[in-house]
Amino acid sequence: MRWLLEKDLLILRRSRMLVALLIVYPAVIALLIGFAISRAPSRPRVAIVDQTRAGATVEVGGRQVDVRQYARRLFGQVQPVYVSSRAQAIKKVTSAEVLAAVVIPPDIAARVSSGTTQARLEVVYNGDALEQSLVQAQLGSALAQANLGFSEQIQKAAAQAIDLLLKGGNLGVLGAPSNLIGLRQIPPLLHRVIAGEPPGATRQALERVSAFADFAAANLDVSKRVLSTVGQPIAVHARLLHGRRTPLDTFAVVVAVIISEMFVCVLLAAGGVALEREEHTLARVVRGLVSRATLVIEKGVLAAACSLAVAVVLLGGVSAFVTLQYSRAGLWLIALASAALAFASLGVAIGAVAREVRAASLLAFLSSLPLAFLALVPAGAVASGLYDVIRAVSFAFPFKASLQALDAAVNRASPPLGGSIVHLAVLTLLFGLLARIALGRAD
Amino acid sequence: MSTLLSVRGLAKSFGDLQALRGVSFDAHSGEIVAVIGPNGAGKTTLLSIIAGAQRQSAGTVRCDAAGASHDVGWAPQQAAVYSKLSVSENLRLFARLHRVADPERAVARMLEQTGLAKRAGERLERLSGGNRQRVNVAIGLIADPPVLVLDEPSASLDPGQRERLWEFVAGLAKAGRGVIFSTHNVDEAQRYADRVIVLDRGDLRFDGTPGELMRAAGEDVRGDLERALVAFLARDEPR
Repeated sequence: MRWLLEKDLLILRRSRMLVALLIVYPAVIALLIGFAISRAPSRPRVAIVDQTRAGATVEVGGRQVDVRQYARRLFGQVQPVYVSSRAQAIKKVTSAEVLAAVVIPPDIAARVSSGTTQARLEVVYNGDALEQSLVQAQLGSALAQANLGFSEQIQKAAAQAIDLLLKGGNLGVLGAPSNLIGLRQIPPLLHRVIAGEPPGATRQALERVSAFADFAAANLDVSKRVLSTVGQPIAVHARLLHGRRTPLDTFAVVVAVIISEMFVCVLLAAGGVALEREEHTLARVVRGLVSRATLVIEKGVLAAACSLAVAVVLLGGVSAFVTLQYSRAGLWLIALASAALAFASLGVAIGAVAREVRAASLLAFLSSLPLAFLALVPAGAVASGLYDVIRAVSFAFPFKASLQALDAAVNRASPPLGGSIVHLAVLTLLFGLLARIALGRAD
Repeated sequence: MSTLLSVRGLAKSFGDLQALRGVSFDAHSGEIVAVIGPNGAGKTTLLSIIAGAQRQSAGTVRCDAAGASHDVGWAPQQAAVYSKLSVSENLRLFARLHRVADPERAVARMLEQTGLAKRAGERLERLSGGNRQRVNVAIGLIADPPVLVLDEPSASLDPGQRERLWEFVAGLAKAGRGVIFSTHNVDEAQRYADRVIVLDRGDLRFDGTPGELMRAAGEDVRGDLERALVAFLARDEPR
């Protein structure tokens, strides 16, 4: 095996284009991932046309809420580009200077104050389906946040007005009567008046008023709580049932490293075996000089070692952008080595089935890519029957198990590392056996 | 002449197809044996089994040479060499895989015998078809086997290269090796082979000298072995 390894390393060293690709490809992936995840999520550039009159307010129970608060909240969610007219805003959208434009009409305050007509904003955007989807998602979220904030302001003003009705005091509005009596103060006052009143029609009328005042005071208090419920009817409390929360950036690192390791390993192993057939040397080598099993192991070990080195370098490179726990480096190596052996085994099997390097490379690429995508399909994204099929396919190939192994090693995610290592070991043996059988076709 | 190789009752089937049926013959020291016959006769299958590159369905192949480091050397039809390696690297690799006692000496010997010493450092991908074939044959000989099996060795060679190859093969036979080669070029068999074996659809139809084949053809073939082969095959239907 030593001489075959030496020979393959020599061939690899002389295949400059291939080696360059093996180094450059993961490096580019690492840089792209690192660059993408080191930047904070960007806010969309949105042109805002605020046509509201300066100082326009919405009146709620005698309280004033500044309409510009809405615009300010919206500005906090986007990168605002101020424009003075709707025409200017459309021009900026057309020239792609901004992703969209929001026009806040002059009558927004009047409509909100009316309590009967819903206020409307105009959103202008263009672009292809992807861009429209992005605008809808980002702007929809920004507008929802602004709406929520504004409704909190209105809710706060309404609650203050209800408080005043209950407790009494000054409205603080020009021309309004001062030192108003509160609804809660009316029942005891009425009880004292009724006590001094002789039985008769007047006393009966007063008792009815007193009963209403009791009821109103008790229930108006409830309406404050109702208001807060209507403002945000359902609050979300998230609880993770199983596993550990993996930050998106470190999970992205895990995915990038495993994808790179898979491609390097599977392509190298498949190409290495197919090259023996293409050069017609397979029959010469296995006729009593080297057993087929030894050849399978040699090609697998070489591909696994090369891809492991690439994966370690890649993980190291990405760690410049993302904080990783170096104290767990031993576990990374175990996970990466197990994954490399399983990928190599798969690659050798592909190479044994294909008869030439180009066919083997194409087969390796065409089978690896969908396997990676299938393994990343989340539960619930597709129908349950289809998801069961996807799970079975992902289980039968090494990508998902490798992803889980490295995720467990880097992020302490579940399932635990041990289970994934055993899974990968079984897959290594199975694909190795398949490769050995396929190589028998040299007969 | 001492017997170097005994083939007895060799059969090979691929599913329903019988590629070889009970082929038996011997090869002797210093003898050049040509295996001829039409396409699909089983020539390559026979040589691959003798070389150990394929397993037979039935029968035996026995090499009787004593003290040989490796029984049968083999040069397959298409040059089985690593294009990215140089001539000497290819030879060294196979010398090591054959566990030759002194690989460097074996490489030097083969470079000298094949006249490739000046091109030892050149990669195979830069060599002509003829020189690649010379390396292919040299690898077959690297372990100094008593019997050399060549599958259509001159197929990709020009006349000059072909001439040099046969001179080289004649030298090997003169040194006591047994050489078995297959060819489509019956003239080559007539010129260089001591014996011809005629295969037809997996059957061994004839084993003898070229002169005996011409006589067996039963027609006036005017010393033309190719005409004799055609007449011989047309005379009897295969079993």
